[in-house]
Amino acid sequence: MSFNALVLTCLAYVAFLFLVAFVVERRASRGQMGFLRSPLVYTLSLSIYCTAWTFYGAVGYAARSGLEFLTIYLGPTLIFVGWWWVLRKLVRIGRQQRVTSIADLISSRYGKSNLLGVLVTVIAVVAATPYIALQLQSVTLSFGVFASATPESWALPNRDATAVWVAAGLALFTILFGTRNLDAKEQHHGIVMAIAVEAVVKLVALLAVGIFVVWGLGGGPVAMIERIETYADPNWVIQPGRWVGLIFLSAAAVISLPRMFQVMVVENVDEGHLARASWAFPLYLFLMSLFILPIAVIGLERMPADTNPDMLVLTLPLAEGQGGLAMLAFLGGFSSATSMVIVETIALATMLSNHILMPAWLWLRPKAALSGDLRGGILLARRLSIMGVLALGLAYFRLSGGSAALAAIGLIAFAGMAQVLPALLGGIFWRGGTQAGALMGLSIGFVVWAFTLFLPSFGAGAVMSAQVFEQGLFGLGWLRPQALFGTSGMDPLTHSIFWSLALNTAAYAVGSLMSFPDPVERIQGAAFVNAFDDEVQAERLGWTHGQAEPEALMNMAQRILGDEAAISFFEAEAGGQGKAGFLPDLTPAFLAGLERRLAGSVGAATAHAMISQLFGRATVTVEDLLAVANETAQIMEYSARLEEQQGELSRTARQLREVNEKLTQLSVQKDAFLSQISHELRTPMTSIRAFSEILTEGDLPAAMVANYGRIIHDEAKRLTRLLDDLLDLSVLENGTVQLNLELANLGDLIDRSLAAASQTRPERAFDIQRDYTKEEIFLRTDPDRLVQVFINLISNSRKYCDAADPVLRIAVRQKGGRVVVDFLDNGLGIAKESQGLIFEKFARLTDQSRAGGAGLGLAICREVMANLGGTVTYVPGQRGAAFRVTVPLRLEKTALAG
Amino acid sequence: MRRPRAPLFLARAVYRKRRLRDAARLLPLLGFFLLVLPLLWDAAPGRGAGQTVVYIFGVWAGLIGLAAYLAPGLARPDADDQAEDS
Repeated sequence: MSFNALVLTCLAYVAFLFLVAFVVERRASRGQMGFLRSPLVYTLSLSIYCTAWTFYGAVGYAARSGLEFLTIYLGPTLIFVGWWWVLRKLVRIGRQQRVTSIADLISSRYGKSNLLGVLVTVIAVVAATPYIALQLQSVTLSFGVFASATPESWALPNRDATAVWVAAGLALFTILFGTRNLDAKEQHHGIVMAIAVEAVVKLVALLAVGIFVVWGLGGGPVAMIERIETYADPNWVIQPGRWVGLIFLSAAAVISLPRMFQVMVVENVDEGHLARASWAFPLYLFLMSLFILPIAVIGLERMPADTNPDMLVLTLPLAEGQGGLAMLAFLGGFSSATSMVIVETIALATMLSNHILMPAWLWLRPKAALSGDLRGGILLARRLSIMGVLALGLAYFRLSGGSAALAAIGLIAFAGMAQVLPALLGGIFWRGGTQAGALMGLSIGFVVWAFTLFLPSFGAGAVMSAQVFEQGLFGLGWLRPQALFGTSGMDPLTHSIFWSLALNTAAYAVGSLMSFPDPVERIQGAAFVNAFDDEVQAERLGWTHGQAEPEALMNMAQRILGDEAAISFFEAEAGGQGKAGFLPDLTPAFLAGLERRLAGSVGAATAHAMISQLFGRATVTVEDLLAVANETAQIMEYSARLEEQQGELSRTARQLREVNEKLTQLSVQKDAFLSQISHELRTPMTSIRAFSEILTEGDLPAAMVANYGRIIHDEAKRLTRLLDDLLDLSVLENGTVQLNLELANLGDLIDRSLAAASQTRPERAFDIQRDYTKEEIFLRTDPDRLVQVFINLISNSRKYCDAADPVLRIAVRQKGGRVVVDFLDNGLGIAKESQGLIFEKFARLTDQSRAGGAGLGLAICREVMANLGGTVTYVPGQRGAAFRVTVPLRLEKTALAG
Repeated sequence: MRRPRAPLFLARAVYRKRRLRDAARLLPLLGFFLLVLPLLWDAAPGRGAGQTVVYIFGVWAGLIGLAAYLAPGLARPDADDQAEDS
């Protein structure tokens, strides 16, 4: 097969991947997710764990150290079959907190500390750069295998150019599909689908080569096992330290590698997929590893001794003349390398732009944050990050010369990323973990890892001098990079894992115990550790699947927007989606529109919280809550103000109503007053006129003249009295009355009043009940005026009490500095509706005939009492009419001033 | 004699589900135990390498099978007691 044909096949394959990603993105943007959201795609996308390191490197690893290569796949297997412990919680937290990367998770858990985000990003970039270089190297090598006439020769004249082309192509693909749009959830459906396709290709390729080797060359499985037994060399003995250490390391890596976190947590569309992946992903790893050992054994057996064991997957079929199989294997390796680079680059670019580039940019240009749309800036930062990460990988590849064995680089990257583990696990299981602890643990772990594993990996004399290797840092023997604190019994990798993670964990624990978290950190800590506590609540509310149905959204919208507005909005949206007459699909555009509409009614933060509560499992973050609280406080304040105003208004309205009622009655009374006064004045005037006319005619007997004269005189007296009363009242009302204050005995005053009042209807015999001892009170007041009031009340009683055996009780009490005199009779009393009116002028009640006076009596009484500094009131609820006179014991002149 | 009636235990489904979760938690521990077991074997070069390979792949397949057996029961959401009982 010619080199050109190979390049052509490669390009065709890449074009196919572009097409897949493009079609999927198109479907996703129209909301047609369908099989994209299946557990199968999720599981296959997880397979980016198997990079070119697995595809080519595992065989080399097996050829060098036998079974040990299996540890790299057994660790993840244990983590996945034990998904109930860690993965389930990670995925849940990732969805709840809308986590975008592992750096984001750590920073978010420890109080949204950007410093931590930067630290994790730096570790991830440093650890991943050699790993990306490794992928470029493997692609370049595989090209080399095809380019050279004989598999044994590794010369590829334009090796660097190949790497540059590959890197550029990957950058293009990643930028096209990784930064097409800015999704809050950082999900890239097109890329996930392309990776799933690549996962199938690499699995099929490796299985095909394996089957060819076992059945075509090795003579079946049983014979194969025998071959393995005979070929096992002393290096194949399992070393206990490395075996356990590597299982642990790979288990840690599958959780903390940025690309694994990206596909496992960030790209997860349904938590249920994890359950399927819990066995399906280990099965994938199982199948990938199944034929590694046979390929290694047959390769070692058949190929020349100087063959690079890392390329056996490719060279073995070529040597056996299986061009097509070799092509498939090449594509498998190509898939492994490209998918890893793409996802790793996206994950790193997200971290770089979110935690380093954007904060730096906003710090340099604070105005940009206010101008609103940052999308352009963020996308640019992403693209630059992608190119930067790939450029770093390329630079590492060219500098290191691509010489190191593949397996070693992979393990170094694993160990570097595993430094995140203590802060990560501590963060989701221990509420006591703090930012200070995480910072200390991460930095110490990173430094120890770099000193004991990363820098030594360049070889003695490259970065660290040989002297440091032999005698330790600064000549201190206990600081030798591969025998820290004198522990020389472990191999360098185990040694580095042991010390970096031990010191990391210790620093994390001590730092956490000694420091005190701030409030956001504590809230976040509780939210992460108790990530599952909200389920009970959610299920009681009926959102079992955390997935909103359009009906539920419709209901909510109706409650908030009102029926008409909600229905017309939903209809318009459904029409826009071409589903007129049905409920619209829950596309991102629709949800965003709905959120905007709701935001108009309840505020942006609240709307966002409502939609995200209904639509996903996303829990509201602290910032969201604060924003909601802010809005709510404003609304509450506003409504409290409204309520206050309304209360004031209704009070005023009530007062106005009362006043109006009174005014109306007063107006009626005024009419009555006018007619009354004209009547009152007219009656005596009529008799006076009539009798005086008779008198002027003369010729009348003297007796008659005297009689008529007396009548005229009486009537004139009545007129005078009426006018006197009116005058009196107006004087009293104006407050210009002259009071003669002197000491008087209350009992005497009552005696006088009774005597005077007995003139009124003298034919009625009243039973007067008094308590003389209580009446022995000396008052300083105007006795004549007070007697006037008493007479009026007693006369009223005599006039109106309609009982057969009328009884008048006069009760006297002293209360504080006041004397209370009650006049109670056993009549019918005064009707309730009239009680408010009796003290008004001319307020004679219905029965005209029984009234002797002009209806000014009580009005005068009220004015008199007001002048005496007391009151006269009607006491309702007694059996008969009851009037209460309250008068001060000592009336001071000054009291009248007011 | 009549068959004994079902034991007096209410909410059997909930109980089963909790034990299923316990099993899911124990599974990786079992796996780890079985996978480090070969370290204790007499590992003379050239002898037993094939057996070890078969053993490890067997344990691996067993773990996958058990996980596949447990997964559907664990994934099924129902409104019993989602409160963490750990």
